[in-house]
Amino acid sequence: MTEPREKDFLNIEDLFRDEELMIRDTVKKFVDKEILPEIDAHHRKATFPLKLVPLLGEIGLLGINLKGYGCPGGSNVEYGLAMQELERGDSGVRSFCSVQGSLCMFPIWAFGSEDQKKKYLPKMAEGKIIGCYGLTESEAGSDPGSLKTRARKEGDSYILNGSKMWITNGSIADLAVVWARTEEGEIKGFLVEKGTPGFETSEIKGKFSMRASVTSELIFNECRIPEKNVLPRAQGLKPPLKCLTEARYGISWGALGSAQACYETALKYARERIQFGKPIASFQLVQHKLVNMLTAREKGKLLSLQVGREKDKGTANHAMVSMAKMNNVQMARNCARTAREILGANGICDDYVPIRHMMNMETVYTYEGTHDIHELIIGRAITGLNAFS
Amino acid sequence: MNILVFVKRVPDTESKIRIDQQSNSIIKEGLNFIISPYDEYAMEEALRLKEAQGGKVTAVSVGTKENQVILKKCLAMGADEATLIKDDAGETYDSLRVAKLLAQAVKQKFTEPHLLLFGKQSVGADNAQVPSMVAELLGMPQANVVTKLEIEGNKGTAYREIEGASEKVSFSLPAVVSAQKGLNEPRYETLKGIMMAKRKQIPELSLQDLGMKEEDLSPQLEVVRMDAPPPRKAGKVVEDEPPQAAKKLVEFLCQEAKII
Ligand SMILES: Cc1cc2nc3c(=O)[nH]c(=O)nc-3n(C[C@H](O)[C@H](O)[C@H](O)COP(=O)(O)OP(=O)(O)OC[C@H]3O[C@@H](n4cnc5c(N)ncnc54)[C@H](O)[C@@H]3O)c2cc1C
Repeated sequence: MTEPREKDFLNIEDLFRDEELMIRDTVKKFVDKEILPEIDAHHRKATFPLKLVPLLGEIGLLGINLKGYGCPGGSNVEYGLAMQELERGDSGVRSFCSVQGSLCMFPIWAFGSEDQKKKYLPKMAEGKIIGCYGLTESEAGSDPGSLKTRARKEGDSYILNGSKMWITNGSIADLAVVWARTEEGEIKGFLVEKGTPGFETSEIKGKFSMRASVTSELIFNECRIPEKNVLPRAQGLKPPLKCLTEARYGISWGALGSAQACYETALKYARERIQFGKPIASFQLVQHKLVNMLTAREKGKLLSLQVGREKDKGTANHAMVSMAKMNNVQMARNCARTAREILGANGICDDYVPIRHMMNMETVYTYEGTHDIHELIIGRAITGLNAFS
Repeated sequence: MNILVFVKRVPDTESKIRIDQQSNSIIKEGLNFIISPYDEYAMEEALRLKEAQGGKVTAVSVGTKENQVILKKCLAMGADEATLIKDDAGETYDSLRVAKLLAQAVKQKFTEPHLLLFGKQSVGADNAQVPSMVAELLGMPQANVVTKLEIEGNKGTAYREIEGASEKVSFSLPAVVSAQKGLNEPRYETLKGIMMAKRKQIPELSLQDLGMKEEDLSPQLEVVRMDAPPPRKAGKVVEDEPPQAAKKLVEFLCQEAKII
């Protein structure tokens, strides 16, 4: 048996700057030391490792690519690499950072008032305020424009009524960014603090995917929000979609991390597992699977990196981000499944990581725009024709 | 307090090392390089001392341009400055060469350091010689394999790991101290630290800058041969009911393995 090739098959590392790799390595160490030893227990109990949040803040993993207001101020490629490493640990922890940074801090940073930015962003970057993002409703998923949560103007306040469904961090959040429709029919963003009368949350139980992450329903019943908690620069559906573009970009990298964890587990297992007197990795069918996993992941890396470089130049658009999210998440979902398969019966136990990633990827495939929706976004971009409705 | 920390770039401890028999060296291609883990304890200790007592931490490394990366990492952890002593000889395994370069740099370029911190050894070469050699060349007291360090004024107290016990030594500053695992738990570099490190320059010192010539460093050591460790023999599984298995195991340990 010849020695197998080391990890970086295409020398893609050469395309990164030293500092970028340094950030990746720091997050890698964090994941190895803090996440991997604990994640299975959380996954079994369906709890989020809340005690990691201050450390996530200290290292600078909350709002990575935002500048000013106490935010870390990294580039988009650095943001991507950090998400990749986090999701090599678990999608739940990566989701926490995506929601905190891209879905909660970003709208305040991009559409908020100076007071809102000063009040919330520094503490959110430290992890002292946890955020969530409420767009989806039980009857408005892929079509968020049909959302029904209402905001009625009363004096210098708005009164919120309605509910949000499938909200990551919902029950552990101190602050919710909530999108609702005014009486004039316009969508606006509201900053709803925990404990506001008329605002309640309820955790969704029985999830078989994204178990190490809190997912909740947010309920608003005559919930009074002062004018100062309305995002002044967000009108219509564009702003909430812009937040999603930020998060989707990070997810495209996260998927690479998940795929890496699955591929490496499968490769090691296949080289060690003996059947018919040989390592199963010596069978052509198994090699075929491993090669496809690796090839797909290496291509995915280049895709995310290219979109990241474009984003750093300011020349990326949302359809490019859709391509990265769509391709890489599908790739990771296949990878997890194939890895699970290569592990045989061992593959269904959480002694090995693929089953956890496989379950998580079902969520990642669906949230932040389902795979189908990204196809429609790219389809519209290349044909000029809208196939959504 | 003025603290110098000496750091070495070594192959990642997780990497699989392959050897090139022709050149008697390890094959660098495809290897991941890191700061030697014991040096990280030294770095962390320096930062903690600075945070508690004030002062300046400077990271120093001997090697090629590629060592810039580990020096940047030191800056990202919180070092105030970093200097690269440029030596293109690469890995010579010649501890005296490195020690001479470091001692000369301390004499010439770093004014009045109070503490020189090292890792107890570099992983990979594992000679554990450089700290002692530097202490000798500079005529400084030394405490090696240290698991606890206290500095008060110009006195230091170190707890050293020795066979089966811990030894407490005290010494005056300036002194050389080498770090053992357990001295502390190194921090994570932070994104902000990495951003700051990006903007810092890392000056380079050549042999000339140090007033040295290649002759001053004539090799004291030659690597004659390098071999990979022999592959581990397969383990033995004792299968039986617990009482019988224990018996068989003891028999094996006494007669075959001759361990007891
Ligand atoms: C664990 C988890 C966490 C989440 N976190 C958040 C959060 O923090 N904040 C938030 O706002 N939301 C969150 N979501 C919600 C998520 O974004 C939605 O589930 C997603 O947008 C899909 O909506 P839906 O579930 O209503 O599915 P639907 O929109 O009902 O889609 C069902 C199926 O129909 C397909 N489909 C729909 N429309 C079309 C079309 N026009 N053409 C072709 N196919 C179509 C879809 O691709 C999908 O396969 C989360 C979801 C999960 C599972």
